[in-house]
Amino acid sequence: MKGYASLVKPYIVWMSLFIVVPMLLIVLYAFTTSGNELISFRFTLDNFFRFFDPVFIKVLIKSLEVALITTILCIIIGYPIAYIIANASEKSQTLLILLITLPMWINMLVRTYAWISILSDGGLLNSLLEFIGLPPMKLMYTDFAVMLGMVYNFLPFMIISIYTVLAKLDKALIHASHDLGANPLQTFLRVVLPLSLPGVISGITLVFLPAVSTFVIPKFLGGGQYMLIGNLIENQFITVGEWNFGSAISLIMAFIIMASMMMTRKMDRDASENTGNEGGKLW
Amino acid sequence: MVGAKSHKVLIFALMAGILAFFYMPIISLMVFSFNDSRSLTSWSGFSLQWYEALFKNREMMMAITTTLSIALMSTFVATILGTLAAIGVSKSKRLVKELVLSVNNFPILNPEIVTAIGLMLLYSSLNIQKGYLTMLLAHIIFSTPYVILSVLPKLRRLDPDIAEAALDLGATPLEALWKVIVPMILPGIISGALIAFTMSFDDFVISYFVSGNGVKNISILVYTMSKRINPTINALSTILVVIITAVLLIVNLYPMLNKKKELKEAE
Repeated sequence: MKGYASLVKPYIVWMSLFIVVPMLLIVLYAFTTSGNELISFRFTLDNFFRFFDPVFIKVLIKSLEVALITTILCIIIGYPIAYIIANASEKSQTLLILLITLPMWINMLVRTYAWISILSDGGLLNSLLEFIGLPPMKLMYTDFAVMLGMVYNFLPFMIISIYTVLAKLDKALIHASHDLGANPLQTFLRVVLPLSLPGVISGITLVFLPAVSTFVIPKFLGGGQYMLIGNLIENQFITVGEWNFGSAISLIMAFIIMASMMMTRKMDRDASENTGNEGGKLW
Repeated sequence: MVGAKSHKVLIFALMAGILAFFYMPIISLMVFSFNDSRSLTSWSGFSLQWYEALFKNREMMMAITTTLSIALMSTFVATILGTLAAIGVSKSKRLVKELVLSVNNFPILNPEIVTAIGLMLLYSSLNIQKGYLTMLLAHIIFSTPYVILSVLPKLRRLDPDIAEAALDLGATPLEALWKVIVPMILPGIISGALIAFTMSFDDFVISYFVSGNGVKNISILVYTMSKRINPTINALSTILVVIITAVLLIVNLYPMLNKKKELKEAE
């Protein structure tokens, strides 16, 4: 049996070459000047200093803002939906989950592209507004369009991850809470909600991470001028050709994402500790 | 009781609203693929001209072939590589195991764009021309970690004595691997292969950064074409949606039908 351990060796080589080396290359590019020969590098921090230009800081803040609002919207919309599904009959649960996950299988670009014709000036939404007698609105190429696209793409992840926790919730706890005299609201706030927090936390990770780094949704629905940090990176690599600066931006983004993941994990731990304490007090 | 009833209506309205939100864009996309004019907003009559245009468009047909061939080949390689690596990892010392798994998690936890530019920088430092092969290699690289993650739990539950018994009974290690271990972890391998296939089929970000020389998959084509309104994208998307829905329905309904059949036979 021990002999099979050597099967991992080819993958270690593979991994080093195709996962570790690319990461190191990003770091190397971020800390060097452009136009280097393979042998002589000139190290510099200029790529990072350059980012602290108000223009770029604005882009970073805007990306975080859009991703944060998207995440909050996904929680506000996703939680009730997940709650309803988790409390439906078993047959409807299977069907509803199938219906919610089905769009996720369709190419993200196609799903985002589909919104263009709905949001455009003579599109479905504006025809609807006209029909009920409201003035037409400019929907495409706005913050609204970008966030709508993000919520549309990432909401299923939030629903599914909250649903999986709620569906596994021990119903006896809810009955116990009712029996002990709690009204439905109290039961929800003090039993169901704290116990479902892990689902919300994993949902936040699944929504926030792609929302910060996407460049397709802002490009399709926000237009060519709409800049989020993902678009900035894409521009540096595809159009401008400033790979060193682009690598530095990616490192900054990866750092921010890692930091926020660690923060949410810590929140998760604190939350579960708190509920543990409350349980202790209760008894 | 009145409260309970209005409660139900509210729940129904919420679910209907969310499903409308999810499906309205897809349905409108499909409907306008049959439109007689180029417009994606006003209906002017039924026509199949965009489907005709799609099948006449060589670039689109090429993109479909590229997407499918890369998905099939990368799934094949990633499944074998990932399964062998997972078996190796599960038998390795703790330190090796932890090290491999944490590096393995990098492409999963990192934003796609970071993986993408990493590979792009790798290809350029090795002076490799971007094209079909670079895209294929990239797809193997980003999907293998998912195969490993889906095979590992099955290995953890595997009884080590069984492979040992096969070896004691005279099987060579290769036979024990192929005839004993692999069949027992097959569900994990299959789900890993399915994940690898869908990841590759849907990928845009990584393909976009690592391909070149006119090699495009469906996602890249949609990205480059969507700058102008183009109902052929709708036609292509409609075909994709129909195929995916059919596959998912079969996969999901098949076990249900089987169960019904069994119940009937039991009666």
